[in-house]
Amino acid sequence: MSKVYINAGAAISAQATFDGGFLENAVINRQDVFLPAIEPDYKAFISPVASRRMSKAVKMAIIASAQALNESGVSVPDAIITGTGAGCIIDSEKFLKAIIDNDEQFLTPTSFIQSTHNTVGAQIALGLNCKGYNFTYVNGAVSFESALLDAIMQIELQQANNVLVGGVDEMTPYFLELQQMIGHAKSDIATVGSVQSEGAGFFVLANTPTESTYAAIEDVTLYNKLSIAELPSFITGFLRKHHLEPSQIDLVVAGNNGDVFDDYYDKAAHLFRNYAITVQYKQLTGEYFTVSAFALWLASRIIKEQHIPEILKPHAVKHKAIKNVLIYNQYRGLDHSLILLKRV
Amino acid sequence: MELLKEELKNKIIEVLNLEEVVPGDIADDAPLFGEGLGLDSIDALELIVLLDKDYGIKVTDPKDGKVIFKSINALASFVAENKTK
Amino acid sequence: MRIAVTGMGIISAIGTSLEENLYHLKYGVTGITRSENLSTRHNGLLFGEVKFSNEHLARLLGLPADNNFSRTAMLGAYAAQQALENAAVKDINHSRTGLISASSVSGMDMTEKYLYDFKESAEHRKYIDSHHTGNVTHQIAGYIGVKGLVTTISTACSSSANAIMMGANLIRTGRLDRVVVGGTDALAKFTVNGFNSLMILTDGYNRPFDANRKGLNLGEGAAYLVLESETLLKKEDRPVLAYLAGYGNANDAYHQTASSETGEGAFLAMEKALALAGLEPGAISYVNAHGTATVNNDLSEARALERIFGNQMPDISSTKPFTGHTLAAAGSIEAIYSILAMKHQLVFPNLNFQTPMEEVAIQPQQTLKEKKIDFALSNSFGFGGNCSTLIFSKK
Repeated sequence: MSKVYINAGAAISAQATFDGGFLENAVINRQDVFLPAIEPDYKAFISPVASRRMSKAVKMAIIASAQALNESGVSVPDAIITGTGAGCIIDSEKFLKAIIDNDEQFLTPTSFIQSTHNTVGAQIALGLNCKGYNFTYVNGAVSFESALLDAIMQIELQQANNVLVGGVDEMTPYFLELQQMIGHAKSDIATVGSVQSEGAGFFVLANTPTESTYAAIEDVTLYNKLSIAELPSFITGFLRKHHLEPSQIDLVVAGNNGDVFDDYYDKAAHLFRNYAITVQYKQLTGEYFTVSAFALWLASRIIKEQHIPEILKPHAVKHKAIKNVLIYNQYRGLDHSLILLKRV
Repeated sequence: MELLKEELKNKIIEVLNLEEVVPGDIADDAPLFGEGLGLDSIDALELIVLLDKDYGIKVTDPKDGKVIFKSINALASFVAENKTK
Repeated sequence: MRIAVTGMGIISAIGTSLEENLYHLKYGVTGITRSENLSTRHNGLLFGEVKFSNEHLARLLGLPADNNFSRTAMLGAYAAQQALENAAVKDINHSRTGLISASSVSGMDMTEKYLYDFKESAEHRKYIDSHHTGNVTHQIAGYIGVKGLVTTISTACSSSANAIMMGANLIRTGRLDRVVVGGTDALAKFTVNGFNSLMILTDGYNRPFDANRKGLNLGEGAAYLVLESETLLKKEDRPVLAYLAGYGNANDAYHQTASSETGEGAFLAMEKALALAGLEPGAISYVNAHGTATVNNDLSEARALERIFGNQMPDISSTKPFTGHTLAAAGSIEAIYSILAMKHQLVFPNLNFQTPMEEVAIQPQQTLKEKKIDFALSNSFGFGGNCSTLIFSKK
């Protein structure tokens, strides 16, 4: 089976990650319970006629994917695979409220069309005139990882030489309020739940490395539900499948978000405590279903540049060469995922 | 009629979210779809609801849109002849 | 690596078991009626509705009173459980088993009831979390006892055909031994009004491939298949219902909702599926068409079929006059109908057809027809130009 390389990546997040920098000017916001994405100047990329129906998620995804494609030198990918945990909630909410408020009358189709989960991938394809494979995954915190897994398989099975793969999520005030009502999102900084955010991350994976290659992506795995006791064997089993022991992992990128389910991350970190550096990143990005796309962007750049941004270092560590990197994420004890990267 | 045309242009711009277009950009006899303003079949459905909501005109076959929305001139005369509110 | 289908489960407007569905298909009995369970202003429309109330479904599934299953999740759990029983899987987690489910409307049937109510009272807040597409899948996985690789595909009306492809790829790449694949969607005001605003709902019965077709009837339902690797089957020796011989997905890249006039995406999807199956078009003896009976889809699909099959056109029928368009469940429901067609060597009728389209030569099969079918092809297309084709083989 072909090896899979990450040849390009772009991220839009609550930090200025779209300007080419690598978190040099990142700030940790400890006051707000929602961190909005720092949006690029859409007009520089999308014409007003094209963008007039696009929600934030679609715009973020189109711009992040354009930048990733540009970096990779691929103009039209063989496949486009997208993950979104909540989908296009701005338009879903708009259409839903219109139905209720107008008693099912005078409804126009635009927000309905834009509410469809695969509208992001479809609009990227439409813009690129890409007639290839086009899938969308919508499964909570493994939405992006599912897309990534599919992308890897498309290359392994030689159905595609290169794949545009990404994750995107947007937020609305009402959706946030609902998440706060059930204690998933923080209402103020002292309450339970996590700080919410939004963003997009897109990557070009390919079967051959190029000058821009960040890392090789060995594999991704998902697990719907695990107890904390089951977690170590889930991780070691996955590593063993790739002929690795925990001692051979140099860096763990962990998704701690401050909620009560952080025990999972502590358990994972414990497994690697004598071997690897563990970095956390959600203090920068907040939590959203496809935040792992940011984690992948982060890990890829760390491997390529062999440098961990200052703001992420737990303490002033001098690290050895970073060859093998493991990204672990879960949300509320569900949707566990592991992504294994290797230096090329 | 001129007032109605101006009103329709403003409504089209608003409903279809045509940022950066002003009523003066839309010529009365220019095609609204395809060439010209560049509207498509989804916009046609938006305009059908506009006719229903604001002028009490029910268009039941979307194919009729081709004639009705040919230009601002065509649309204005259609509205003038058929409006019920 | 061959992918075997070892189990099937289904709930649709024409039945809550394989047998009931087959009976209706054979005897040409439609499931399209007025709605009994859906509260909508558009109550003059006809739907392919499952006639079980939510309360009845919850009782059948044995769910506790405080459950937060949406109708979509209940239909899904019902069909997925049936599929596993049909496959006679004993210990589901003895082999590496996954679940790839599909849905488009997900928990919207509850959200649209309680959206403003959530704020006022805590009573229905249990449905906030079950709104998510992924949570519908989690509930189904929990119900059938799958622990492992679980995820969801949502590509509008091709979703469950795509879930079948993803499942097959997980087996082909050695990641799973067995995977439950399919989709579920319940009727909801959200989709009724969405399709109504697109002006593609008929005011009568849907008539696929007819010159005077006026649009689709929405339907609801769920269907799941159990896919297994041949290696696993050699160990467990259970009967094989069919094989998934080929599959393909392509994008029309033409318009956000409409299909291109040439049916380019559909053509590419069928071409890919045939190539993966290593088949010439002439090997296909039955096509279960997407055939939604919208003006746009049927012409586009017919043109794509003519491009693929030329003058070797197999028998074609759309079964949507039986079930309505079940959106994300359509791909797996029709996959099961294609397998039933092969198993019983029957072409199911395309109901309500009267007048051929002027633009194309295609005419669907209008009556039940006995026929040798070794390979059946099923099309599913969705918004966003998403075009999918599955090919099943008897052996």
